[in-house]
Amino acid sequence: MITLNTLTDSEKPAITAQTAAAKEVNLPPLHMSSSPHVRSAITVPMIMLFAIIAMVPSLAASVVFFGVNALILTAACVGAAVGTEWIINKALKKEQSIGDLSAVVTGILVAFNLPPSLPVWMAVIGSVFAIGVAKMVFGGLGANFINPALAGRAFLMANYPAEMTNFPATVFGSINALPDGISSATPLEAIKTAFSQGSFQVSEFANALPQLFFGNVGGTIGETSALALLIGGIFLIAGRIIDFRIPLTYIGTVFFLFWIANGTGTYFTLESIITPVFHVLAGGLMLGAFFMATDMATSPITPKGRIIFGIGCGVLTFLIRKYGGYPEGVSYSILLMNLVVPLIDRCTRPTIYGEVRGRG
Amino acid sequence: MEFYLPKKFTFRGGVHPSHEKSQTEQLETERFPAPSKVVIPLAQSIGAPANALVKKGDRVRIGQLIGEASGNVSAAVHSSVAGTIISVQPFGHPSGKQITAVEIENDGSEEKIDFEPLKKSWREAAPGELVQKIATCGIVGMGGASFPTHVKLSPPSSKPIDTLIINGAECEPFLTTDHRLMIERTEELLTGVLILKKILHAKNVYIGIEDNKPDAITEINKWLVNSNFSDISLAVLKSKYPQGGEKQLITAITGRKVPSGGLPMDVGCVVQNAHTASVIRDAVIKGFPLFQRVITVTGPAVKSPKNLLVRIGTSVRTILEACDTDFSSAKKIIMGGPMMGLALSGLEIPVIKSTSGLLAYDKITSAEKKYPCINCGFCVSACPVGLVPSRIAKYVSKNLIEEAAGWHLMDCVECGSCAYNCPAKNNLVHYMKLGKYTVHAARAASTK
Repeated sequence: MITLNTLTDSEKPAITAQTAAAKEVNLPPLHMSSSPHVRSAITVPMIMLFAIIAMVPSLAASVVFFGVNALILTAACVGAAVGTEWIINKALKKEQSIGDLSAVVTGILVAFNLPPSLPVWMAVIGSVFAIGVAKMVFGGLGANFINPALAGRAFLMANYPAEMTNFPATVFGSINALPDGISSATPLEAIKTAFSQGSFQVSEFANALPQLFFGNVGGTIGETSALALLIGGIFLIAGRIIDFRIPLTYIGTVFFLFWIANGTGTYFTLESIITPVFHVLAGGLMLGAFFMATDMATSPITPKGRIIFGIGCGVLTFLIRKYGGYPEGVSYSILLMNLVVPLIDRCTRPTIYGEVRGRG
Repeated sequence: MEFYLPKKFTFRGGVHPSHEKSQTEQLETERFPAPSKVVIPLAQSIGAPANALVKKGDRVRIGQLIGEASGNVSAAVHSSVAGTIISVQPFGHPSGKQITAVEIENDGSEEKIDFEPLKKSWREAAPGELVQKIATCGIVGMGGASFPTHVKLSPPSSKPIDTLIINGAECEPFLTTDHRLMIERTEELLTGVLILKKILHAKNVYIGIEDNKPDAITEINKWLVNSNFSDISLAVLKSKYPQGGEKQLITAITGRKVPSGGLPMDVGCVVQNAHTASVIRDAVIKGFPLFQRVITVTGPAVKSPKNLLVRIGTSVRTILEACDTDFSSAKKIIMGGPMMGLALSGLEIPVIKSTSGLLAYDKITSAEKKYPCINCGFCVSACPVGLVPSRIAKYVSKNLIEEAAGWHLMDCVECGSCAYNCPAKNNLVHYMKLGKYTVHAARAASTK
């Protein structure tokens, strides 16, 4: 035990040898920097790796339902995306950035937005556009203002609309998970047609829900299994990589609006929730909500902004699916909302500690 | 009287860096021998530097006043050794600047001045007398901010204080200074708390301790049962950085929020560091000026980590050598904790009143590969103030200071949580400091 009041003679320290004879030590140059001097372990490539791991269940589901072709297309897209980034960095004499793994994520997401029957060369073009035009032109990772994978998909939709909307049956023979009497390319098209022709029968669509949930349904590579997407999405939220706000508000808004417009005329019956559940499970909503709307560079940074962004995506998706020319609206909804992210961020600056709102 | 609050207090935001306290938390504080020479800076507190009262060739004794406070916000400076003044000139300072300091050669006599304790019991003294004693002894906040304590203890009468909070959170990794003081000098520390309570007329008194220091909590609890100290309550805090931040501590314990741009006294609170409480007791009861303090010396390059009672003005080199620091592998030396401490440019820099620790790192953790900001928002969720650090940093880096200020740059407490959490490893605090410096410089220029 020390005390501060005992500077007595007995304790009088001799001027210590160690300081008097302080030998010159060879000190390497000391590194100077601002605090903090410790950093968390997580890095950008780790975030990307988490995203890749989260997409593995969906990739596996697509191979189960569409065969090895899904894997070939995904590999081609990843290769094209990484290769494009590598070449552009090389050509512009910039520091190589493929190590951050973001091009791998983009490549997988491009493939996830393609029908499994698409020719490989088209998939490659989509990937090259995604990285080359939507990402690298604007300065690479973090500087792009729209989701590169969705830009690649939109580019392919504009150029090869027939191939991009030709959805083959799953290996189990199911096209749209609906009874034989109704034939449409996708479940969303089926429900849209049913509504527009006035032939909507809630029971027919109710029967399709399990198929939609597990993924035995025609569609793009990544969107087929809602279950697999949910596993990946929950993994990302639990791992605190993505914020739950965007997927929750996005899916919640779509559910809510289709519940209002459920086509049965009732609101508090089991039938009334068939349409909204169908819309949540079918098409690219799960894929978009968990993996594309949450793209960090192209979504708001503020907590409130993320809620607005999710609701905006949901409203647009509802409007396109319900009233638009396309049966599916997820990708265009997200692309449109990407454009207003800077505005959302500016309008949703968080209230800071001790701030009195309305002052000044 | 309730002396233990079972609820664990906390705040919004924050991060969980590895505690790294196990190397020193069980080590009893050792007295470090007075060095052969000390360099005592005249600027050791926020505010104006002290005016030198000595010149080359003068002889001084331990505890002798060598620099008197100049102006309202300033603190007196005392000699920490007995010996002869070698020079009064600018020396390297922890802040990185060259600041006037008094260089004293220790003659080894350890001759002290006649310490002047308060003439009467502190219980009978008027608050003004106590504050005067604290000012005479040159006491400043020992937690790092080094605000002159007598100023903090003299709030205007328009700001009544009802709550005194003693900060024993010690949320910085590695540091165990306050932890050891709470165990080894519990009675002295708690007496200091009562003196503070008397000065402020505070109704509520809390000692906040993070729950990663169970032995300190037990020790303090043991003393609080004693009727002398029954006015003090213990607040066990969740271990989360920056729990020891002044505003975070106030909010965690009282639920009050210090207004943006305001001071704790605006919500009736005063926060004092635990070490400050102990030196206040020494000043009032023993008459000791602040010429020594406890620091933690640790870090991966330090082979014999220690808690040391050192004289103010002892060089970093002397202390690190005594702790068997591997200088050949040392790449970074930090004064203070790893989250808010200052990286030192060399070893000939003195320990000052606000030095809570010395760390020697064998690797450069903050210079690992950087990535572009991906807008992930990890900095937003970490910020205890609720700022959007990445956005402010981008504005400052483009010299858009007004925009940065519009996003509350000036409310940043520089705790480092944002940069700690950043997966792109961007040096956000650097930009915060640069931005604040720019604003202050512009204000100073416009008032001239």
